[in-house]
Amino acid sequence: MDYAFFQHYWWFLVSLLAALLVFLLFVQGGQSLIYQLGKKESELRLLIDSLGKKWELTFTTLVTFGGAFFASFPLFYSTSFGGAYWVWILLLLTFVIQGVSFEYIFKQGNLYGQKTFKVFLFLNGLLAPIVIGTAVSTFFYGAEFIVNKDNLTGVMPIISQWQNSWHGLEALQVFDNVALGLAVFFLARCLACLYFINNINEENINTKAHKHLTINAVAFLLFFLYYIIRLLFKEGWRQDAVSGIISIEPYLYWHNLLQMPVVLVILLLGVVGVLYGFIRTYLCPKFRKGIWFAGIGTVLTVLAVLLLAGFNNTAYYPSLVDTQSSLTIANSSSSLFTLKAMSIVSLFIPFVLAYIWYVWRKMDKK
Amino acid sequence: MNVDVSLIDWSRAQFALTAMYHWIFVPLTLGLGVIMAIMESLYYKTGKDKWKRTAKFWMKLFGVNFAIGVATGIILEFEFGTNWSNYSWFVGDIFGAPLAIEGIIAFFMEATFIAVMFFGWKKVSKGFHLASTWLTVFGATISALWILIANAWMQYPVGMEFNPDTMRNEMNDFWALVLSPVALNKFFHTVISSWLVGSAFVVGISSWFLIKKREKEFALDSVKIATIVGTIGILLSIYSGDESGHQVAQKQPMKLAAMEGLYDGGHSVGLVGIGILNPQKEANDNKETFLFDVKIPQLLSFLANRDFNSYVPGINDIINGYTADNTTEISVAEKMNKGKQAIAALSDYSKARKAKDTLAAAEAKERLDANYKYFGYGYFKSPEEVVPNVPLVFYSFRVMVILAGYFLILFIIVWLFNHKKRFENMTWLQWVCLLSIPLAYITSQAGWIVAEVGRQPWTIQDILPVSAAVSDISAGSVKTTFFIFLFLLTALFIAELSIMIKQIKLGPGAEDNSHE
Repeated sequence: MDYAFFQHYWWFLVSLLAALLVFLLFVQGGQSLIYQLGKKESELRLLIDSLGKKWELTFTTLVTFGGAFFASFPLFYSTSFGGAYWVWILLLLTFVIQGVSFEYIFKQGNLYGQKTFKVFLFLNGLLAPIVIGTAVSTFFYGAEFIVNKDNLTGVMPIISQWQNSWHGLEALQVFDNVALGLAVFFLARCLACLYFINNINEENINTKAHKHLTINAVAFLLFFLYYIIRLLFKEGWRQDAVSGIISIEPYLYWHNLLQMPVVLVILLLGVVGVLYGFIRTYLCPKFRKGIWFAGIGTVLTVLAVLLLAGFNNTAYYPSLVDTQSSLTIANSSSSLFTLKAMSIVSLFIPFVLAYIWYVWRKMDKK
Repeated sequence: MNVDVSLIDWSRAQFALTAMYHWIFVPLTLGLGVIMAIMESLYYKTGKDKWKRTAKFWMKLFGVNFAIGVATGIILEFEFGTNWSNYSWFVGDIFGAPLAIEGIIAFFMEATFIAVMFFGWKKVSKGFHLASTWLTVFGATISALWILIANAWMQYPVGMEFNPDTMRNEMNDFWALVLSPVALNKFFHTVISSWLVGSAFVVGISSWFLIKKREKEFALDSVKIATIVGTIGILLSIYSGDESGHQVAQKQPMKLAAMEGLYDGGHSVGLVGIGILNPQKEANDNKETFLFDVKIPQLLSFLANRDFNSYVPGINDIINGYTADNTTEISVAEKMNKGKQAIAALSDYSKARKAKDTLAAAEAKERLDANYKYFGYGYFKSPEEVVPNVPLVFYSFRVMVILAGYFLILFIIVWLFNHKKRFENMTWLQWVCLLSIPLAYITSQAGWIVAEVGRQPWTIQDILPVSAAVSDISAGSVKTTFFIFLFLLTALFIAELSIMIKQIKLGPGAEDNSHE
């Protein structure tokens, strides 16, 4: 197992964490639906109680994803977080206000009233998926930065420098980026509908969730298909394995898909899983397990998309102003020693997943 | 170096603000967690409902506090990237690993079992629930372990080497990082001293119930557990604090000098018990250091080196260099010179590599290795930059020590009177306990001020100063986010206090339907 193996292993793990995060964004999707599904006080209470038991899993996955990305690909952390400052700060703020809202909204002594925390939850539900999706899209559409490690020895010792004053907000000016953001947003809402159908035994909510599933599924599919089709026909940045030179290649992601049939299969399985979850729930009103099919499908789809971004010598964070500054898993990763050490720790992950599954199985028993 | 000074200052201010807000909530989580877990253990053991009721009340307050602790914690993780991006690259290979491990091992444990703790009373067995409560506390504690390993490494960087090819520091010994004496001591000192906050909180709130003549049995039971936990916590903290001082003396002598306001060191140096610093005093001037001080003879030498006659360097000695007890320390000016040589050697190495000139690269590498120990000093313009804010560190240290001593005495007195069944009638002492709650937070914050302000101007001791660790953003952007965080965190803190006070007023008898 050489350095490249561990770099790929950690890209896989980071992608898996991101994929799990997108699945768990059903919490945010649910938050964005509280005004539509929870018009009565009793309904709102049911919705928020149901989401309130799961929000920490999403939050923890986000924090772990950030930590794992930092540890395994510190140059990305350094370049993107320091450069796209306003995007990450915006995301951060929405999660800070979410963190307290579930605990405080119904508590007596809530100084700001339920409405404030309801707005906080809605804002997080609306913005977090869009910002995350838009930020992830820059893995394909690039950003304006330069990385020059020689700066360390100069008068301005900062190695990663952003090349515009928008500091990340410029990504919102690219429709394709926003399209992925909206796809993630509508997906999160679909997953939330499926989650409510599975988790809340209340007819009115169930009926409304079915209705909203249909609308949001159509919106999701429109944006997702647009994005995927555009992606497969667009150029990408690839690093030459021998010389290390990065150059632009037409149809790179299409080539990646053909050159990595396993990823193609994962993507197809994922899409089928998502569609099966949606369609069967739509066709069979009594079917309540759609969340599992669509959830697993989401994980597989996002995983495949992120593997397309980083595997096969692809630059996963292209620089639009200096091609050679683009980040690949080879030039941005931690050292072999660190990746190996963390790989040993990563063996705990199945154990962690197992106890989470065991505990929630026990807790959700009727 | 052309990094905007106000950018550095605003970046430091923002990190300090968010870290201090986060640290309002963390010690209560760590301390109260242990107390409520002990209470639930008593319920499990005795089967008495009063312990379940007691534990549930404190859990309710734990939940209010925990939520905002989680929310404020994520800010710090992001800020390493958003505000300290150069740091993230230069040491991310080492620093990132504890953060990732914290997420994988600790956060999921907390997030999973806290749900059982709150929502599982009617869904799981008594034993499973108790295990979940302890696992929540354990998760919070090992979360602290990993972040404190990372913090300790910044103060005492071990288990790594600089790689000139990648231009960053890389880990080469994971266990040196984890088992670093500074890390282990910092962990025990931080976690166990947090028991003080938890205990002061429980004793204070319980006293309020006694003042109000409500929930007498509940209050006295709570006081009993909390005073024992608090006393044990402070005694252990004194032990770990002493070791901490010893470690600082060996690894960060400038921090120790600032803690003591010691400008001119020497042999058999006394410890300043109390003192008022001369505000006009600067390094290398002839002014008196103190307007007033009371010293305990030879004690600083003993605490620093376990020898009453040993040499302790002062701020001026560290700046100017010194020789004592068979140790020679070069001046900061010489260190700056060596640091600049290291930076120049790195530049030469990089150029030679690009030119494929192996001989020149080897020569540059040799120069770099010889001077790398002082790499960070190469970014300074004047030797005085290595001096932290002396008054802030000096007074914070005394505040921490004096208040910890105060709480030790308070807990012992309250425990004794409670044991003799007299505390319930001592309204004045109950008021003292109630009014002491903010002092516990001040103690805890003061400890962190000593640790973090004392190590300035370094993010990584001797290797990376704050001035070379920041992100390439405008000072205006950071200033804006500083005020956003100030406003938001203050608003959330007020919300937390309001809910906390209401929950306390409702008392343990009130039904909490927010977790059912």
